[in-house]
Amino acid sequence: MAEILSLRDAVSRLVHDGDTVALEGFTHLIPHAAGQEIIRQRRRDLTLVRMTPDLVYDQLIGAGCARKLVFSWGGNPGVGSLHRFRDAVQNSWPVPLEIEEHSHAGMANRYVAGASGLPFAVLRGYAGTDLPEHTETIKFITCPFTGERLAAVPAINPDVAIIHAQRADRNGNVQLWGLVGVQKEAVLAAARSLVTVEEIVDELTPVPGGVVLPSWAVTAVARVPRGAHPSYAQDYYERDNPYYEHWDSIGRERDSFARWLDEKVFSVADPDGGTVKEAEAVK
Amino acid sequence: MTAATEPEPTFTADEMMSVAAARALAPGQRCFVGIGLPSTAANLARRTHAPDLVLIYESGTLGSKPGRLPASIGDGILAETADAVISVPEVFNYWLQPGRIDIGFLGAAQLDRFANINTTVIGRDYANPKVRLPGAGGAPEIAASCREVYVVVRQSKRSFVEQVDFVTSYGHGRGKGDREKLGLRGAGPTLVITDLGVFRPDPDTAELVLSQLHPGVEVDQVRAATGWDLKVSPELSRTPAPTEAELKALRELKAAK
Repeated sequence: MAEILSLRDAVSRLVHDGDTVALEGFTHLIPHAAGQEIIRQRRRDLTLVRMTPDLVYDQLIGAGCARKLVFSWGGNPGVGSLHRFRDAVQNSWPVPLEIEEHSHAGMANRYVAGASGLPFAVLRGYAGTDLPEHTETIKFITCPFTGERLAAVPAINPDVAIIHAQRADRNGNVQLWGLVGVQKEAVLAAARSLVTVEEIVDELTPVPGGVVLPSWAVTAVARVPRGAHPSYAQDYYERDNPYYEHWDSIGRERDSFARWLDEKVFSVADPDGGTVKEAEAVK
Repeated sequence: MTAATEPEPTFTADEMMSVAAARALAPGQRCFVGIGLPSTAANLARRTHAPDLVLIYESGTLGSKPGRLPASIGDGILAETADAVISVPEVFNYWLQPGRIDIGFLGAAQLDRFANINTTVIGRDYANPKVRLPGAGGAPEIAASCREVYVVVRQSKRSFVEQVDFVTSYGHGRGKGDREKLGLRGAGPTLVITDLGVFRPDPDTAELVLSQLHPGVEVDQVRAATGWDLKVSPELSRTPAPTEAELKALRELKAAK
């Protein structure tokens, strides 16, 4: 059964130095608050896994939490580059960042294999590209039935997966809808999982196209309203497009980024914003 | 130049590019759309001659009908207006991989003579790149598995190069027949649309050849913005200027919030 915890306690218990951590959410429901709590708890040497390491990983990388990044597209969607990511790759600042680079199809299939308890996935992918030359986790195999040459990629099984969802019930069953990305696969592939949610409700009413993760498949749930900001939570709040533009000016320079860290992450007095009380109330 | 005596152009090179790219899409086609220039063109086609164009975005939407340009690949409007919203593994495994999609519509940071696409690094040293770009996203498999690929890119000597620094998405390799040798099922890039003109692969060599000039552009100008010894099609034609209706639709689309 999932435990309902404060964000601070959940990150403290679930995320350890050196872990492989996947924060997923494909443009929607990105667990930003959880990412910043990892920074606040000064985790180090993480292997960060994510298909689209956008702002959430730019922040973790710039803060020096990551040793390695496993990914398929690293940009500021609709705006341009991730300057902290680029600074780490091009100048090893603040620490060197090893990269393991895939395509979206490859990453999605790695999560599917992880969720399925299989060692690898096959796909029709990567043929002719320069990715296999630089990424050891792309190999080619021959189909034993047809002889077709196919790509093989190993399962991703993170130590911990973190996602954001619209809501959970008091037993820790989780419900998300809209663009659901690869979150279900990430949670099922991971040894431990944390789901931050907009709200905790008495009963989960069905939503068209919704995904339910039963409580027994999740380790911890934390209530974090607006925990996906500046991304969005369908039916709760819209994507904060100006913030993505604004991030470009924060992330561009080391100084402006350091100021942001001090003011917006390390100086936050009560990172749970009432979440602790909420967790106590439902016990 | 006799510019002083000619009427002022009523459209920009970027507008011409978007209109030319939109025109390439046929009604009813199923189109896998990259964000940015391709998304603008695909949505323009929906507003002009191809209202039933099926737009598929890699965030997991089939048949999106946004009333404005999406700000990102995962803009909520894509899901709200879609026929179906599906998971990311499903987009790639069930819809793209089996060859259900007609046109893959991609952008590029670098594009070469054989329409190979680079969106990974500038500079030949992958470990120490001059510029680190976002990377592959969905493009490698879109380029491999769609029946055809159209590329929209602003043209300059920096973007139109003899050979890309990194093959992120495979075009025609180093020439005719290379795709078949790799077992790729789609035809690859069959059309490249820029702000200067339109290029198609030569049927015998697969090298990109200039086949259309946009209004007001001359061949020398295109050569000056091409990083290889550009060949020009013997049937070189002129792109018709955007119509009033096309420009109006494009401007309304870009202004809509």
